[in-house]
Amino acid sequence: MLKLDRKDTLLLVIVALMTLAAPIILNPFPTGSALAQFNAGYPDLMQRFVIYGIFAIGFNILFGLTGYLSFGHAAFLGVGSYSAVWMFKLLSMNVLPAIVFSVIIAGLFAVVIGYVSLRRSGIYFSILTLAFAQMSFNMAYSVLTPITNGETGLQLTLNDPRILDGARAATGLPVTNLFGFEMRSTAHLDIAGWGFDFSVGYYLSAVIMLLAFYLSMRIFRSPFGLMLRAIKSNQNRLSYTGLNARPYTLAAFVISGMYAGLAGGLLAAMDPLAGAERMQWTASGEVVLMTILGGAGTLIGPVLGAGFIKYFENIFSKINDSILHQWFSFMPDGIEDFLVTLVHPFIGKGWHLTLGLLFMAVVIFLPGGLVEGGQRIGRLFRRNKAGDTASPATTPAE
Amino acid sequence: MGILEVKGVNKRFGGLQALGDVNLNIQENTVHAIIGPNGAGKSTLLNVLVGKLIPDSGSVLFNGQSVLGRKPHEINQMGISRVFQTPEIFGDLSVIENVMIPCFAKRDGAYRLHAFESVGAEDSIVAQAETMLADVGMLEKRDMHAGSLSRGDKRRLEMAMCLVQEPKLLLLDEPTAGMARADTNNTIDLLKEIKAKRDITMVIIEHDMHVVFSLAQRITVLAQGSPLVEETPENIKGHPKVREAYLGEAQV
Amino acid sequence: MDAIIIQILNGLDKGSAYALIALGLTLIFGTLGVVNFAHGALFMIGAFCAVTMQKLLTLSTQTIDPEKVDFLGKPLVVDTPYVVNWFGPETGAAIIDWAVPLAILLAIPVMILIGFVMERGLIKHFYKRAHADQILVTFGLAIVLQEIIKYFYGANPIPSPAPAVFRGSLDFGVWIGFEANQIIYPYWRLVYFAFSAVIIGGVFAFLQFTTFGMVVRAGMADRETVGILGIDIDKRFTLMFGLAAAVAGVAGVMYVPILSPNYNMGMDFLVLSFVVVVVGGMGSLPGAVLAGFLLGILQSFASMNEIKSLIPGIDQIIIYLVAIIILLTRPRGLMGRKGVMEG
Repeated sequence: MLKLDRKDTLLLVIVALMTLAAPIILNPFPTGSALAQFNAGYPDLMQRFVIYGIFAIGFNILFGLTGYLSFGHAAFLGVGSYSAVWMFKLLSMNVLPAIVFSVIIAGLFAVVIGYVSLRRSGIYFSILTLAFAQMSFNMAYSVLTPITNGETGLQLTLNDPRILDGARAATGLPVTNLFGFEMRSTAHLDIAGWGFDFSVGYYLSAVIMLLAFYLSMRIFRSPFGLMLRAIKSNQNRLSYTGLNARPYTLAAFVISGMYAGLAGGLLAAMDPLAGAERMQWTASGEVVLMTILGGAGTLIGPVLGAGFIKYFENIFSKINDSILHQWFSFMPDGIEDFLVTLVHPFIGKGWHLTLGLLFMAVVIFLPGGLVEGGQRIGRLFRRNKAGDTASPATTPAE
Repeated sequence: MGILEVKGVNKRFGGLQALGDVNLNIQENTVHAIIGPNGAGKSTLLNVLVGKLIPDSGSVLFNGQSVLGRKPHEINQMGISRVFQTPEIFGDLSVIENVMIPCFAKRDGAYRLHAFESVGAEDSIVAQAETMLADVGMLEKRDMHAGSLSRGDKRRLEMAMCLVQEPKLLLLDEPTAGMARADTNNTIDLLKEIKAKRDITMVIIEHDMHVVFSLAQRITVLAQGSPLVEETPENIKGHPKVREAYLGEAQV
Repeated sequence: MDAIIIQILNGLDKGSAYALIALGLTLIFGTLGVVNFAHGALFMIGAFCAVTMQKLLTLSTQTIDPEKVDFLGKPLVVDTPYVVNWFGPETGAAIIDWAVPLAILLAIPVMILIGFVMERGLIKHFYKRAHADQILVTFGLAIVLQEIIKYFYGANPIPSPAPAVFRGSLDFGVWIGFEANQIIYPYWRLVYFAFSAVIIGGVFAFLQFTTFGMVVRAGMADRETVGILGIDIDKRFTLMFGLAAAVAGVAGVMYVPILSPNYNMGMDFLVLSFVVVVVGGMGSLPGAVLAGFLLGILQSFASMNEIKSLIPGIDQIIIYLVAIIILLTRPRGLMGRKGVMEG
């Protein structure tokens, strides 16, 4: 089916089911219960899961397969957002042209930046991409203000032409839609204390993410993907085998840039504004982290990484001292206060501290990310079951 | 006319004349060894042959076409494959994938964006790679991680990767350097086998006389950047000039 | 003419900071072969050493002065710093005034300690790993360091002034034959430039004239051979890391009066310093220093109004533009050695 082998088809089906059922799966706790704060099944957060998932899937095509570490991919995310908002301003509030346009523009950017940056490899490549991204970021704040609206960020206004939507009377700012289905419209369902939200915006993003995931699967299993892995493994041998690495890496770079543009366009489609901070290098660092945390070079890793980080970013930033006191209230007072003080730096605004520590821990202890972690645990179980007769698995990690 | 013609090649590095007026004519379907003491210019010559170094003057023609200034992948696409001193393989990929890559390069050229086909569906390529692996006796290791192979197997794999492209010319850069005697003999046998099975021209740059005399049909002795003699192995053995070149370096 | 001189002078202090950070980056890269993305954070921590010193020196006892009342008629609470109590009002005030330069005394041991801990605890395990891993783990460390600082000092910039003597400006133009007030230059920036010149000179002298420096230089050129000679290169490299951290730290301390430190200043400087290192040539110490000053001056030229009106926004992107051009035309940078990180 779908030109995939059985294992891949199974993975795709699982991912599809999980994604489509996410509004239910991610809300395991009844509304109003103490644990409800751990629910993640509301549209805004789920949209971020899948959109950053797309971003990370694309980044993985470049970094995971070719090993070229770009520190400037947030630039494409930002470019995608700006392009989409401009489409909303000029053409129509329909998200389709906006998303298509953002992918195209990000792709063009990626061609230029990739063409130049890929003339070097290793750390020089990383620094070149970083330089380009910082340049774009700085320009968005200064010279390009007419296009980017500088520090305020690009927003919709009542005076925008919106050629295609022109006839409609403007009462307040229009909302993004797909042929009339508004992105923000949500169907709410209450079942015996549990509440679920099914939003158009999430399902649009989710379907696009599944397409993006399927596409990356095909790339991974294609001869093109094989060449990309060969580039990571031994570029010297590759060129003496009669293959020109440059167009392959450029294609991977552009594809991953287009994925980033798509993610940027979707972010704007969900919430039509774009700011330069989306292009900052910390944002580039975040997608690197998502990919590594999940498992660079694996299919599902980047999606897991993106979900993991966005979830904990959300949860950790929400927790405050009074919630901590609730948690530890069963302890004697002294210990309770001590524990709260101990945990305090890592929560709320301290989320970035946790993120940095996590980053280091993953690179040090689990270079293969969550996927490798899962495989290790799986192997441990299998070995335990099989007892002493089990031979250590020698299959290479995919 | 030979398959590879080197005419009047000169190369200087600063004050050092690395190659001085090198003329070589390598006949099709022969095994031609280039030997010489350390610093004789063997590596420089090899780097000129693969386009890595551009000589100050002279020409290198492969089947009548100049190879000078071409990129490695272009040289390979002309029909020249290369085996390195330490085996260069794709250590992160499986053995079969290692052999499939050169098959793709042969079929599709230096670049093709075949992003939506499936590697598994490329039956003819898979078959081709499997046949080649069987040829070098590595078929049972087809799904192994190439990086975990023994050194001898890595060498075999590298040969397989070169041969599957059916090159017109195979360049071997000290293929037995640093090998134990048994491995060296295995490599010699492998090369003999390869030669027996197909029409191929080989140029071997080698230090080890045992390898050279087991394989070569023609031998060129390089000394101080210039060819001293070109002869058959029988005539090289007692050649006074050769003895002088080597004895001049050390009491071998 | 005067405008040009002003821009060169303006570029010097920024260039000095770039040069000092790039020097440390290059030392670490050249000796240990590690790409340290946390080096900017070390600069930032140095700056916060100055802030800490300022705070320590102004630790006060509170006394109620019964003779004075505030405007509500309550007795006035007077803060008296301990140093004033200990050394008397005049000396005490002078010490507080000199808090920033005095912070160097605090910064050097603190930074060397941080450097040691970093190298022994983390970097050591990454010598053999891919450069990408080194970049990633030090990137994570940089986030951690800056978040720790944010936790203790908050997110807002904390100003700490230079000593009063240096607060004015020097009428530099008069010295070289211009009219008064044409070329004026803050004293402290001059101090910063002189200070960094001394540090750079010191590091070079140290590497040139001491046995330790000789071993380190040899190690930079050929690590394996030095190892074979039976020299415990690792211990020296740890010291080297401490030294590089200290250089970045004192560079940060002295920069405080020019730019009020906040927790993420390190990142901004790191990105620029990396560009400096690349332009200078990976692994070349003189290259790092040269490129630091060149890019600092270039940046201040680009921010001249005349140039900005010609090419708008050029001041924002000039450094990156230069880096891109250099990398593409001279991949080894201005003074890079052959074979360093090529590929």
